[in-house]
Amino acid sequence: MTARYTSTAKTLHWLMAVLLFGMLALGFYMHDLPLSPQKLQLYSWHKWAGVTAFLLVLARLGWRVTHIPPALPASMPRLMQLAAHAGHFALYVLMIAIPLSGWLMSSAKGFQTVWFGVLPIPDLLDKNKELGDLLALVHMGLNLLFVAVIAGHIGAALKHHFIDKDDILTRMLPKH
Amino acid sequence: MKRLILALALAIGLPLAAHAAAFNQVQTDKSAIAFTYQQMGVKMDGKFRKFAAKLSFDPAKPTDASAAIDVDLASVDTGAAEGDQEVAGKPWFNTKAFPTAQFVSTGVKPLGGNRYDVTGKLTIKGKTQDIVVPATFTAQGNSGVFDGTFTLRRGDFSIGEGAWAKFDIVANDIQIKFRITAIAGK
Repeated sequence: MTARYTSTAKTLHWLMAVLLFGMLALGFYMHDLPLSPQKLQLYSWHKWAGVTAFLLVLARLGWRVTHIPPALPASMPRLMQLAAHAGHFALYVLMIAIPLSGWLMSSAKGFQTVWFGVLPIPDLLDKNKELGDLLALVHMGLNLLFVAVIAGHIGAALKHHFIDKDDILTRMLPKH
Repeated sequence: MKRLILALALAIGLPLAAHAAAFNQVQTDKSAIAFTYQQMGVKMDGKFRKFAAKLSFDPAKPTDASAAIDVDLASVDTGAAEGDQEVAGKPWFNTKAFPTAQFVSTGVKPLGGNRYDVTGKLTIKGKTQDIVVPATFTAQGNSGVFDGTFTLRRGDFSIGEGAWAKFDIVANDIQIKFRITAIAGK
């Protein structure tokens, strides 16, 4: 197998990294703002970005299953390899579950998502206040978990680069 | 003699029948006032939980009909507590100073079939406008149902001032949809 990521895989990785960091920051910032036109605007933008991220992760999954990524270094202990795979699996699960929970929450709260103000995304649930509040908690909880897993992902990449001195981090960079 | 009885019966019976046909006892539990609007392209809806309506409508004499509706603006249900609070506040309805929205009819014009144009004065937040409300009337046994929809521009009534005054987030057009059920009283 090739020891390099395809440029498509790299592009998707970094595009999503930027998008997800932006969405996380926006989500944590906007949720306790007092109601204002700006808040409604930020919520709409966050939802549009969420739909975009969801489509990107589907494309990324499609690419991932058809293009085998480079193997982990043989020097890595078996347990560490397992942990790496589990971490990546968790990232993918969360990248799917988080936009889904946001979509369900929007439906239950009666705020349909209209992508970029143009394309209405069908509501998956009927309006239901209690369910909406519960899904808001689920969305929040999943995101806190996501932040923790991302921190582990970044920490692991830095450890590989600076301590193990392997190519795990650099092989995801452009022109490598 | 038979003729006299018939005449008497008609004389007594007809006014009763005519009276019975006037729908004037509003059944609030079978009535509703709701609204829809666009928020950044998203269709939103809500309703008012409390309102009082008085009306009198005789299908035989529709032009004599009258209606008066008082909507308790603080009873607004936007679907979110945060929204209800905001809309009751000063920039929107300012319910402390203007607790009710009022509609008083000034005339009814039959349009044929069961359709009518109800003209009247709508007062919200101290501002009054003449409006025309298209409505339909459907009799179901002893009760009559009035259905209608009209559009008001929130800007005309200063609903949503300050930061909300622009229509880029919350659109100017608000569709009001109502259903008033009344039974025929004596």
